[in-house]
Amino acid sequence: MARQGNGEDRELDAPPLVAMRGIAKRFGDFVANDGIDLDIRAGEVHALLGENGAGKSTLVKILYGLLQPSAGEIAWEGRRVVLDNPVAARSLGIGMVFQHFSLFENLTVAENIAAAMAQDLSLAAIAARVTEIGARYGLALDPERPVWTLSAGERQRIEIVRCLMQEPRLIVLDEPTSVLTPQEAERLFETLERLRDQGTAILYISHRLEEVRRLCTRATILRLGRKVDTLDPRAVSARQLAAMMVGAEVGEVRADIGPAGAGVLEIAGLSLPPGGVHGVALKDVSLDVRAGEIVGIAGIAGNGQSELFAALSGERRADHAGTIRIGGVDVGLDGVNARRALGAAFVAEERLGHGAVPAHALSENIVLTRHAESELTWRGFVMPAAARGLADRVRKAFDVRAGRGDPAAATLSGGNLQKFVVGREMTRKPRLLVVNQPTWGVDAAAATLIRQALVDGAKEGAAIVVISQDLDELFEVSSRIAVIHDGRLSPPRPVAELTREVVGLVMGGGESGHAR
Amino acid sequence: MRVELVRRASPPALARALAPIAALAVALGLGAIFIWLLGRSPAAAFDVYIRSQLTDGWALTELAVKATPLVLIAIGLSFCFRASLWNIGAEGQLIVGAVVASWLALSGLGSSPWLLPAILVLGAIGGAAYALIPAILRVRFGVSEILTSLMLVYVAELLLDYLVRGPWRDPRGFNFPQTRLFTDAAMLPTFGDGGRLHLGVFLALVAVAVAWLVMSRTLFGYRLRVTGDAPRAARFAGFRPTATTLTVFAISGAMAGLAGIVEVTGQIHQLKPSISPGYGFTAIIVAFLGRLHPVGILAAGLVLALTFIGGEAAQIALKLPFDVTRAFQGLLLFCVLAADALVTYRVRVVSTAGKLA
Repeated sequence: MARQGNGEDRELDAPPLVAMRGIAKRFGDFVANDGIDLDIRAGEVHALLGENGAGKSTLVKILYGLLQPSAGEIAWEGRRVVLDNPVAARSLGIGMVFQHFSLFENLTVAENIAAAMAQDLSLAAIAARVTEIGARYGLALDPERPVWTLSAGERQRIEIVRCLMQEPRLIVLDEPTSVLTPQEAERLFETLERLRDQGTAILYISHRLEEVRRLCTRATILRLGRKVDTLDPRAVSARQLAAMMVGAEVGEVRADIGPAGAGVLEIAGLSLPPGGVHGVALKDVSLDVRAGEIVGIAGIAGNGQSELFAALSGERRADHAGTIRIGGVDVGLDGVNARRALGAAFVAEERLGHGAVPAHALSENIVLTRHAESELTWRGFVMPAAARGLADRVRKAFDVRAGRGDPAAATLSGGNLQKFVVGREMTRKPRLLVVNQPTWGVDAAAATLIRQALVDGAKEGAAIVVISQDLDELFEVSSRIAVIHDGRLSPPRPVAELTREVVGLVMGGGESGHAR
Repeated sequence: MRVELVRRASPPALARALAPIAALAVALGLGAIFIWLLGRSPAAAFDVYIRSQLTDGWALTELAVKATPLVLIAIGLSFCFRASLWNIGAEGQLIVGAVVASWLALSGLGSSPWLLPAILVLGAIGGAAYALIPAILRVRFGVSEILTSLMLVYVAELLLDYLVRGPWRDPRGFNFPQTRLFTDAAMLPTFGDGGRLHLGVFLALVAVAVAWLVMSRTLFGYRLRVTGDAPRAARFAGFRPTATTLTVFAISGAMAGLAGIVEVTGQIHQLKPSISPGYGFTAIIVAFLGRLHPVGILAAGLVLALTFIGGEAAQIALKLPFDVTRAFQGLLLFCVLAADALVTYRVRVVSTAGKLA
């Protein structure tokens, strides 16, 4: 079943550390896991690959005792175990680092660790352990620093240290690099390699294939709740892996954008106070975007992207009318509808609750951003038939697969709803399109379709701003890339002059790229 | 062991529709137990509260008259509740609307045919203005509209009490705390034999029709639904929350004020220390039992009106205090909210007894 990667045959006779056999999990009629087998051995980094909805999280939750399997069994060192809850899993030696951190912003590193510990240890003792573990695995952390001053990479280190303090024999990491710069990710890999060399088993969940090929010696691929194969990811290409995850060949985006035309969006010295308690202030942001080009804005989450989107969409107003201009018109003080009337269109990061109303039908959600158009409303009345027709056109043009009739937005899969909200704006033939995280949590086929739609939009003359954390995506579609860090935007540079490493450095705040 | 509420993927449409009826049935059952515990026969209570009211012509007229203020107020409240804004102070808005309009009715201005419409409009304006106080406090300072609107009810009650005992007291009223009777020009026209059925009943029916049109067909109704279901999406649509809040509070206040002056011009014909047996609070139950839908509110208004007249009859026939009626109304609200919760969520009992094989 498993093809061995390098000469690690010392483990073949001993039972694996964890063996999951025929794991199934049903939620009502929905089968999330269907007879999955998974072996993890001591001293290996094992990748769990799959698209959103493939069943990765369900399987991991079963392994960590958060969910009970409907069928199948789990063996720990050859002995059958029942994992009723996370306490049982932890006492066996299973540790978990979640994708989303659960930290108290106002407490220090040591206090955060103390809050999560079962044993009663003094803060000084915890601080000493943090320093010791940090030195052993290359996880530099100052126990006295309050969490709100730390970068995402440092916060993740807290979670890892917290996990290591339990001395686990198996560590599960869920999408650990999604919030890291390339440089921070490289440091994480070094830590994981050290842990592996000391005999710890690591289950590494990711959809980033290059990373998996760099780090893992075995990979188990899931699709639609079933196991596709377990193999050595280094023995096959990233494209082959992607094809196994999706179940079909993944198309490539044709990014043959022509030369840019006249200026459409001008931002001049935009500053904005933070949106919430832990929001980020925008500081003197300037940017010009021309017709027919895509400007990518890279950055780690929480560096002012949501504030920038809110300022561009008009959900938050600027201080002066002239700070933001669309097609030569001052719109800094105008709301979102005035900007839409000038041909601007916006796609918010959160599909459910921001870009669409979860409980409302698609034909109602089409009205959300297009009610100012004469087609859908007449003297304050909404025209249901017209809305239905427009929703159907968007569904057809963007291959939105949804239930029969006019289903509620919440019933669509992430990829299909994203195609719908992007399609809702693209079918307007906007002059300016601002998209925040266009393919976040979207399956590969939908992501390709959406990126192609963005490129095609630019070719037809739209000025497009793509805010994204996914560098691969930005390099694929952008004409120019700027980086947002701590609310400041670096000047955009043509993609041809840039490498991922250079962009990564600016994302981490290394080289700001503009004068202060 | 712990109990969890798990959201259902898609609540069955039939269950959604039947939930208020199930709630009503459960509330009736619990009410029967309650009456039995008070030492009365539930069968006799059913006869007095419901059967005799629905078979008697006079009682049916009375049902329509009592349902009128409930429906008017609940229609207004449904605009607020749709947008997830909680105006709990309709009772106060009802009183202030009635007071402001009564000022014109008592001013002694002749008998112009425009007098009555002007009085009704003034009632709506008074209620709207009073409702705008909590709305402005909310949008300006972020004060909870639930608390302020509720507390302003007591302010309104004391204002009315002061006026009828003080400056507006009828000099020829034998020192009773009440104003002069309104002139005929300031009374709502009546219909039918008993002379109880007044024009307000038709105003309530018009309100139901207009609210249905606005809620289901207009961009404004759409705006309220989006605001209530997903506030961030509403902002993304360009619907400013400040304007929404002020508008719906003005609407619900106007409807409560109108209900107040309809009650005074149609039934009481003067101001007294108490002009409402708590219509403003009961209308909250009407709005939820009617599922915030205008037609549902019409039906729910009749149900709750029945508890009022049944309660009055029970005071006489069974010597049951009016508080029993109030308690039953509260019971009904709990049942409605519980039925809604059980339709939206599934109850799951989770065993937490850990074992390691």
